[in-house]
Amino acid sequence: MIKSRPWLPTPVLSLLLLVVWLLLTRSIAPGQILLGSFLAIMIPLLTHRFWDSRPRINKPGLLLRFILRLLGDIIIANFEVAYLIINPFRKMRPHFIEYPLMLEDRFTITLLASTISLTPGTVSANLRLDGKSLLIHALDVGDPDALVAQIRQRYEQPLKEIYEC
Amino acid sequence: MNMLVEIVASLLLVAGGIFAFIGSLGMAHLKDFYMRLHGPTKATTLGIGCMLMASMLYFWHRHGVPDIQEMLITLFLFITAPVSAHLLAKTGLHMQLQRADKTRGEPLELRQEEVGDKPVPHPEKGHG
Repeated sequence: MIKSRPWLPTPVLSLLLLVVWLLLTRSIAPGQILLGSFLAIMIPLLTHRFWDSRPRINKPGLLLRFILRLLGDIIIANFEVAYLIINPFRKMRPHFIEYPLMLEDRFTITLLASTISLTPGTVSANLRLDGKSLLIHALDVGDPDALVAQIRQRYEQPLKEIYEC
Repeated sequence: MNMLVEIVASLLLVAGGIFAFIGSLGMAHLKDFYMRLHGPTKATTLGIGCMLMASMLYFWHRHGVPDIQEMLITLFLFITAPVSAHLLAKTGLHMQLQRADKTRGEPLELRQEEVGDKPVPHPEKGHG
């Protein structure tokens, strides 16, 4: 891993920015690499003071598995929501659920909230100011406790393992 | 081969269109604000995902080189969609928008007794 220096506070992000820039311009001409490197160094320098410190990724393999599982879940659950919308006879059971957070870091909480919003059927609506619970609106829930348990086991537990301990 | 690629790409396009349409349909006819929010943020991600996959497949076949620019669109979409959904939901709660009667669960943010002309104070922090 590259060490961060005063002029390069976030090496991984800089590298990512360079790659995205090259993909966007669709060329690997030296000029584009130069311009991309300039942007990749300047953007983090100008903006890194606004960010929370980002926790390190402890288990990259688990992160990859988490992303794959998330993609699968998004596809399956999209079908469910589509079915819910087009079936006029099915009764929806919308529900506001308070989800007690186990995560403590703000970055990981953001990841979890985004995950919840991306998986259909649930939108994370509000993070309480004390950072201890998340308000979720779900489209069709029979048993709220089961949903909380499912989110805890499928998403929060892996996230905690990847980033926090 | 050519035919097969075209068939798969068309099927993906049609599927994407159907999902995007269902998402919009959800936005049009669900009961309250919070439920309508689910349509555009969700069903459309898969819809657009299908279309991007079709585009990727078609141009890969056409130009002979895999083109991963479409992946960037997906990436940006997946980063921005949850944030906008969250902000919309937050705004809805702040404006105390009506929810459908059958919605269960009493969020602190929507308690009737706290609804008034002045902003709702947060119980722990003392500000809204």
